[in-house]
Amino acid sequence: MASKVIQAFYNDDDVLMHAVKKVKAAKHHIEEVYCPFPVHGLDKAMGLEPTRIAITSFMYGCVGLTVAIVMMNFIMIEDWPQDIGGKPSFSYIENMPAFVPIMFELTVFFAAHLMVITFYMRSRLWPFKEAENPDVRTTDDHFLMEIEIHDNEAELMSLLSDTGAVEINVSEKDLH
Amino acid sequence: MGSIILMVLGLLGMGYGFMSAPTTIEEAKEMVASHDDGHGDSHAAEASDSHGEEAGGHAMTEAEHDEHVFHQLANKPWAALYVAAFFFFMIALGVLAFYAIQRAAQAGWSPLLFRVMEGITSYLVPGGIIVFVILVLSVMHMNHLFVWMDETVVAKDALLQGKAGYLNPTFFLIRAAIFLAGWIGYREYSRKLSLAQDESDDNSNFKLNFRISAAFLVFYLISESIMSWDWIMSVDPHWFSTLFGWYIFASMFVSGITVIAMVTIYLKSKGYLEEVNDSHIHDLAKFMFGISIFWTYLWFSQFMLIWYANIPEEVTYYITRIEDYNLPFFGMVAMNFLFPVLLLMNSDYKRLNWFVVMAGIVILAGHYMDIFNAIMPSTVGDQWYIGIPEIGAILFFAGLFIFWIFRALASAPLQPKRNPFIEESRHFHY
Repeated sequence: MASKVIQAFYNDDDVLMHAVKKVKAAKHHIEEVYCPFPVHGLDKAMGLEPTRIAITSFMYGCVGLTVAIVMMNFIMIEDWPQDIGGKPSFSYIENMPAFVPIMFELTVFFAAHLMVITFYMRSRLWPFKEAENPDVRTTDDHFLMEIEIHDNEAELMSLLSDTGAVEINVSEKDLH
Repeated sequence: MGSIILMVLGLLGMGYGFMSAPTTIEEAKEMVASHDDGHGDSHAAEASDSHGEEAGGHAMTEAEHDEHVFHQLANKPWAALYVAAFFFFMIALGVLAFYAIQRAAQAGWSPLLFRVMEGITSYLVPGGIIVFVILVLSVMHMNHLFVWMDETVVAKDALLQGKAGYLNPTFFLIRAAIFLAGWIGYREYSRKLSLAQDESDDNSNFKLNFRISAAFLVFYLISESIMSWDWIMSVDPHWFSTLFGWYIFASMFVSGITVIAMVTIYLKSKGYLEEVNDSHIHDLAKFMFGISIFWTYLWFSQFMLIWYANIPEEVTYYITRIEDYNLPFFGMVAMNFLFPVLLLMNSDYKRLNWFVVMAGIVILAGHYMDIFNAIMPSTVGDQWYIGIPEIGAILFFAGLFIFWIFRALASAPLQPKRNPFIEESRHFHY
């Protein structure tokens, strides 16, 4: 589905922040903001929901911990019982201190890698993906605010030009 | 007012502890016997088991064993006093380290909390003097907390003779005096500069404070490490661990940060410190969470290496703790690791003041147990329990601590006026 969007360019993150607050105050929905670097507080100003990646991270950590326990139990206790530190008890719990570093490392490994992969998938980033940002200048020194137009082009134009935008374009866009 | 009541209660408790300590070997025997009767068979069996092993290992005669138990019981009120005195002193010292780091890093978020930290570090003076007096009394053989101070023991012990060049009473007290002078000196000087900065019209006080704080941290890390060997590790003079200094540091650091958070929340609830917002509390709670994990990391590093290698002279440390102190030893790990990790993991909970206070109480109790576990096994052995002398000592020092820090807090405006970073701290948000 193609739709018309209005794209306002800014060259300063403070101006952008004020513009975002003003547009939100005028009750318009901001489709997306493209920035060359992360702008502190922009997510709150845009009214984005808090991230849920921390919850996934916790769950991945639990998976990693479980994998480590099951793996070490199989390798060191069941499949080929090992005499650990001169204490041939062949019991997982009595040899547990030796496995703690592995439990820790796999917890961190799973949490970190799966969290990054989740983030990429959720942001629709994968190899050979075509860039989504509408203007190459947003990778250099310009900020771009994108608002969908619903028969209110003139109103948005005047609002955005008041916010200190250095350039305003209207373009067709394929929305995902 | 409440603090004075605590002090009186504490004094009564400690007095009871000293009065009820046995003065002769016969009394000690009676006490052990009645204690075992009173506490049921399982405890009695356990106690006699470990006694049996001990007696076998050291080939002790009956009389020697009785004398041993007598010394442990005579040590009990002293050890209770020393653990509590050191614990509250350690909180002030941990806060001092945190404060010096904020100064040396020129942190922008924390200047609003500087007066709170300075208030807490004021306890270094009375706390340090009390700990020093206890050490002097130990040197004077008023108690037997430090077994290496007893010449008759050293005379029979080749290892202690080898260590005597370092571990002798005179040098021990000289070191303690130097360290205390350094810590208190930095604290008083930095506080003076901090107050002078409010009245001055340039930033020279602030810059000087930055420089002495950086220099102090070097002194602190060395002196803190040696202090932990002297004051804590040497109660068991045969045993040593190379990361003990870090381990005690982690304990004092997290206790100190916890107390900063609790005092800040208390003052805020009374209507002071209006400028302190949830983000400041959030940052302190992040430190509580992070340093708790750091503590666990050090605790485990020490434990795992000794457990793995299983060398007799090292592993005795953990054998006594696991056999005679099972509940406090593992309970402390749960309180210092599991509770903070699970309670403070969620970012929103770190902004709930009452939640931070509840977690803080668990952390402080856990780190008291940590010091308890460090001192008690070598001084009172299996004759421990947490009774009136221990709780009395905690109450007394808690009372003195609260009384002293709030007196210091009241003596200066709670918000620095001319700190160059005060604006940044005021607008701090996450």
